[in-house]
Amino acid sequence: MYDATTLTDAAIARHTVSRAPAILPLSLCDLTLRFGDATVLDGVSLDLGPTGCTMIMGPNGAGKSLLLKLLHGLIRPSAGRIDWGGHTAEQAIARQALVFQKPVLLRRSVAANIDFVLKARGKSAARRQELLDHVGLSHKAAQPARLLSGGEAQRLALARALATDPEVLFLDEPTASLDPASSLAIEGIVNEARVRGVRIIFVTHDMGQARRMADDVVFLHRGRVAEHSTAAEFFDAPRSAAAQDYLNGRLVV
Amino acid sequence: MLARKLTATAVALVIGSALWAQDQSIIVQSTTSTANSGLYDYLLPIFQGKTGIQVNVVAVGTGQAIKNAENCDGDVLLVHAKPSEEKFVAAGFGTARTDLMYNDFVIVGPAADPAGVAGMNDVQGAMSKIAGEGALFASRGDDSGTHKKEMALWADSGVDPTAASGDWYRETGSGMGATLNAGIGMGAYVMTDRATWISFGNKQDYQIAVEGDEDMFNQYGVIPVNPARCPSVNVDAAQTFADWLVSDEGQGAIAAYKVADQQLFFPNAPDS
Amino acid sequence: MQLGENLHSIGEAFGLALALVLAGDADLIEIVLLSLRVSLTATVVACLIGLPIGALVAIGRFPGRNVVLIVMNALMGLPPVVVGLLVYLHLSRSGPLGFLGLLYTPTAMIIAQTILIAPIVAALSRQVIEDLHAEYAEQFRSLCLTRLQTIQALLWDARYSLLTVGLAGFGRAVAEVGAVIIVGGNIDHLTRVMTTAIALETSKGDLALALGLGIVLLVIALGVNAAVQSVRMTAARQAYV
Repeated sequence: MYDATTLTDAAIARHTVSRAPAILPLSLCDLTLRFGDATVLDGVSLDLGPTGCTMIMGPNGAGKSLLLKLLHGLIRPSAGRIDWGGHTAEQAIARQALVFQKPVLLRRSVAANIDFVLKARGKSAARRQELLDHVGLSHKAAQPARLLSGGEAQRLALARALATDPEVLFLDEPTASLDPASSLAIEGIVNEARVRGVRIIFVTHDMGQARRMADDVVFLHRGRVAEHSTAAEFFDAPRSAAAQDYLNGRLVV
Repeated sequence: MLARKLTATAVALVIGSALWAQDQSIIVQSTTSTANSGLYDYLLPIFQGKTGIQVNVVAVGTGQAIKNAENCDGDVLLVHAKPSEEKFVAAGFGTARTDLMYNDFVIVGPAADPAGVAGMNDVQGAMSKIAGEGALFASRGDDSGTHKKEMALWADSGVDPTAASGDWYRETGSGMGATLNAGIGMGAYVMTDRATWISFGNKQDYQIAVEGDEDMFNQYGVIPVNPARCPSVNVDAAQTFADWLVSDEGQGAIAAYKVADQQLFFPNAPDS
Repeated sequence: MQLGENLHSIGEAFGLALALVLAGDADLIEIVLLSLRVSLTATVVACLIGLPIGALVAIGRFPGRNVVLIVMNALMGLPPVVVGLLVYLHLSRSGPLGFLGLLYTPTAMIIAQTILIAPIVAALSRQVIEDLHAEYAEQFRSLCLTRLQTIQALLWDARYSLLTVGLAGFGRAVAEVGAVIIVGGNIDHLTRVMTTAIALETSKGDLALALGLGIVLLVIALGVNAAVQSVRMTAARQAYV
């Protein structure tokens, strides 16, 4: 198990005293993940630039969420290398944040959920109000977090992720169970982060969302990268047969 | 953080108890019969009113009381098993033993009297008869003063009841009250001291079957625990209490204690 | 005849219990307050010891963890008399801690009950915290929390479930007689609690009074449980359970 204490403290020190070299660009070399006999990610090689929003797409079971967790250092690859601007995934985790499909909210008030992260990561408690304003939850600050609607809960999860001042923000289908208005609200907040220079890596099934948000698209199929193109290329003229089928609604797995 | 709180709590508890221990108080390791009969509830307020000494009574079987006192967990020993008490003093655990008072043992039994011993005043004869009939008999079986006395009486009767243990002879391994409850529940004869019996509240149809034999005499003694052996002993207060018990005033108070108009204990301390 | 008399005893006991409570009997109040003081203090101390241990075992993966789990669960069944004897042997004047002068004090009773229920708190909280950790683990690793931060957050977020764990410990403490009668000595006005008073009245053959005291104990236990339940229900309405 990695030593979270040292890592966190070191990361915070780097962040506040002298801004360390960024953990970007990201380079993946022959990344493979096996569970027993099943190979779920198979020789993934990929280079992602220092800015923008990358959408990871692909049919169910393609390995999108697992790829995200590998990049974030939550699981270790069976083989291959992850290079975050010279850092390993485990070293980079403190400068990243992940928003899960189903937000994991603490059994506390909305405000206390933010306070918890600010305190744990040594950030100023005064930022709570700014973060709540930013995601439009100021009026719910005192309410129990777990009574929020789906959209509100995900906005709180997003505010909590942003409270860590991440250089990279991972989102794992954050709007999968939300109505269109709530999805757009999430997209707006993510976009603002991107504009401020946060690198966005976003898993989605929502084609409209991908078109609105993506700078480039990584298309995964059966654990491999079938295609990595700019958003325009991917949606207008996908090169891989799998992506073509997927976009036409024909690809089953 | 938790560890600090914990230490603070522990320290506070220890200091609090240490302060308490400095009070003028003593612990009496006592047999249950004196406590259960209510004697202390009558005596102690008189003694405390006179001397201001708080007397805390731990009421257990005589065997356990002696053991506890040997562990220095008491200042005064008040029990009823003379040979054991003399051994206690001889071994240096107590300063001196003084006769304090007596009452007597009785054998109680159900109204139906299955062994036909009701009204007898020859305890050995009655016990032989109970054994011969195989009538149920409930024994303390706990090495208490009463149990030791009972075993001596069986030996005098020429009966080895332990051979029938679990059959007609039932050893409860419990205090006097618990043994009476159990014995009455199963319809067995029980040997008990008279004081406990008079103040016992769950008699049902039980009556005294055997009484009046000189061999059933029950002598209580008082012994201050020896400070040479147990430096923690509150010597002065312990001696004050023992002296008061055998004084005219203490002896008078013992004689004055009555339950249902019956005197429970008969003072017989030697004149000083 | 026997049955009828026993039923009569029970009826008498309810009457006595009611009379004792209504009269506000000073001795009874003293005994009840000491019971609560001893058992609540033991519960708090047992939680201070048991909760961090339960949490550590819940989130830790270390060699021998299964053995620790088995031992923790087995210790839940510690016989009170054995605990009482062990504590007596240590606190006795002739024992290693005799110089503290703690035997036959409420503190000795608190120590014995703490030892009795700390394993219960540890084992039950381990289960509660492990379940919660299954939900939080990935999020917490993503947030780079230290082990201490993780434990603190889990203990706080499981607080209402842990209240029930504490209650289980309190229930065992307040109901046991074997340990406190040995280390407390059942001394009137000093270490006499509900259960030792019940044992004493039983040994005096005053079954109705013993049962009456038992009913008072039961009512207190019901009251404590109802209070905790209402706290939990309030928490549940806020989705904090």
